[in-house]
Amino acid sequence: MITLEPPATRAQRLRWALSDTFVIAGRSYSQLRTQPGQIAAELVAPVIMTILFGYVFGSAIRLPGGGDYRNYLMPGIFMQVMALSAVAAATSVAEDMARGIIDRFRAQPIARAAVLAGRSLADLSKDWLSLATMSVCGLLIAGWRPHGTPLGTLAGFALLALFGYAMIWLGTYIGLFVKNGAQADAATFGWLFPMTFLANAFVPLEGLPGWLRAIADWNPMSAVVSAARELFGNPGSAAASWPLQHPVTAALCWSLLIIAVFAPLAVRRYRTAASR
Amino acid sequence: MIHAEGVRKRFGTTEALRGVDLDVPRGSVCGLLGPNGAGKTTMVRVLTTLLRPDGGSARVAGCDVAGDAERLRYRIGLAGQHAALDELLTGRRNLELFGRLYHLPRRTARRRAEELLDRFGLTEAANRPVRTYSGGMRRRLDLAASLIVSPPVLFMDEPTTGLDPRSRLALWDELRALVAEGTTLLLTTQYLDEADHLADRIAVMDAGRVVAAGSPSALKAKVGGDRVSIAFRDAADLAPGVEAVRGVLPGEPEIDAAERRLVVPVSDGAASLVRVAAALGAAGVGVEDLGLRRPTLDEVFLALTDAPAKEPTKEKEAA
Repeated sequence: MITLEPPATRAQRLRWALSDTFVIAGRSYSQLRTQPGQIAAELVAPVIMTILFGYVFGSAIRLPGGGDYRNYLMPGIFMQVMALSAVAAATSVAEDMARGIIDRFRAQPIARAAVLAGRSLADLSKDWLSLATMSVCGLLIAGWRPHGTPLGTLAGFALLALFGYAMIWLGTYIGLFVKNGAQADAATFGWLFPMTFLANAFVPLEGLPGWLRAIADWNPMSAVVSAARELFGNPGSAAASWPLQHPVTAALCWSLLIIAVFAPLAVRRYRTAASR
Repeated sequence: MIHAEGVRKRFGTTEALRGVDLDVPRGSVCGLLGPNGAGKTTMVRVLTTLLRPDGGSARVAGCDVAGDAERLRYRIGLAGQHAALDELLTGRRNLELFGRLYHLPRRTARRRAEELLDRFGLTEAANRPVRTYSGGMRRRLDLAASLIVSPPVLFMDEPTTGLDPRSRLALWDELRALVAEGTTLLLTTQYLDEADHLADRIAVMDAGRVVAAGSPSALKAKVGGDRVSIAFRDAADLAPGVEAVRGVLPGEPEIDAAERRLVVPVSDGAASLVRVAAALGAAGVGVEDLGLRRPTLDEVFLALTDAPAKEPTKEKEAA
């Protein structure tokens, strides 16, 4: 009754690959619509962090270079939430693998990269939603004020989202190795969350012992935070290392490098991974 | 429709498939039977392009599994061991999603989803999320999802595992209807009665090989023919009973004195039974039980594979 053939031309193949990607992204959006509670939960965490750090730590922390701590803090919290988008990506891909729906996708004539690419796009939209919520919250509650140009501020958000996208691919790759959602959570949150503190997100690095400071200086997360501070015109701290002296370049390079490594690895892993 | 030759697959140090040959003609049902770990699922995964074989070749619906995988994927449906559905989405949205991923235009995908929901009696539940479905409904939706493009070849990996008897019978009916419409079906199962009921041909797999193949009746004949089994009322009945049986049956009786039981292989089935009954009656021997015993697929299975016996074999007795 319906007889179908693979795409005849390169253009059609590309069109179908894009269509597959958007269909998969649409699936993620439909899933989100069915669980508004979860979106709310995901948005609440950054809001709590903003208030907690802004008021609890903010009352005690004095910046060495002067400046308002809450303005210093917001880019750090933005980065932390972007970094942790790896957790949600890993969890949901691991759950799909465990349920066997990935087998159905793989037995259908879908473009190779489409399933993961579609999910990553949907996750990226969630990142933008988190960024928007946090900015409103920062502006209204924490008294955050970006002092850069409008274009610079926009560039700051774009850079944060790019980093989030890189972390989504990292999380996706990890999610393809673990057995279920709980393991995926442990395999990402377990080291990413501490790593967000081993950076200049919440406290200036000046007080750290030398070896720890070297790690924090070269932590990609530090570059992202410094870059966002620079673009938002928020106070930063003294930069002693190359990545923090050129934070925008460093953050761009780190993010693109992570995507360039983990996106192809994840797609390859997806094609060969046995479901469980 | 499915043709495999010497298919091999190795996972690390375990050889999951050690040269599997399989031939399934168009419009027939092949039952892949075997204990856990025999390689049934691996074979299905190779034939549905989910795994690349390490050696050998296989063609499904005229497409090579390695060289022409993309075209092949438009010609097959697969229902795996777990219902491969999105739990959060509704039944209708699931079918539309899979339809769109076959590159059906949106409207065609929607219409096809409607048809399949109707066919599988899921129209009422169509707008509920799949996580609220019962096991039987999930299976039906999973089957519907594998039929979106009306594939000429359908693979089902242990389709009725975990279903209650009613849902199981309903699924069998559905599968029979599909085969009547011309679908070629390969199903794996651990249930011998399922293979017996559905399959035209059975391939018994064990440790990565096909150890026997043929029609269910041919396989049963392979293990042995019919036997007449007699249980005597008293120990005293045994000797005259054996005497009487020897008089009418050429086969060598196997005697179990403790159980007061006698088993004789026969070639002409029920006719032998009639002769034995007459002879025992004429000799005035007390008989507690008399029956014709046919080998079941369970016995075939146990005889052909190294699987340990899980349950005592069933006896089909025609008195």
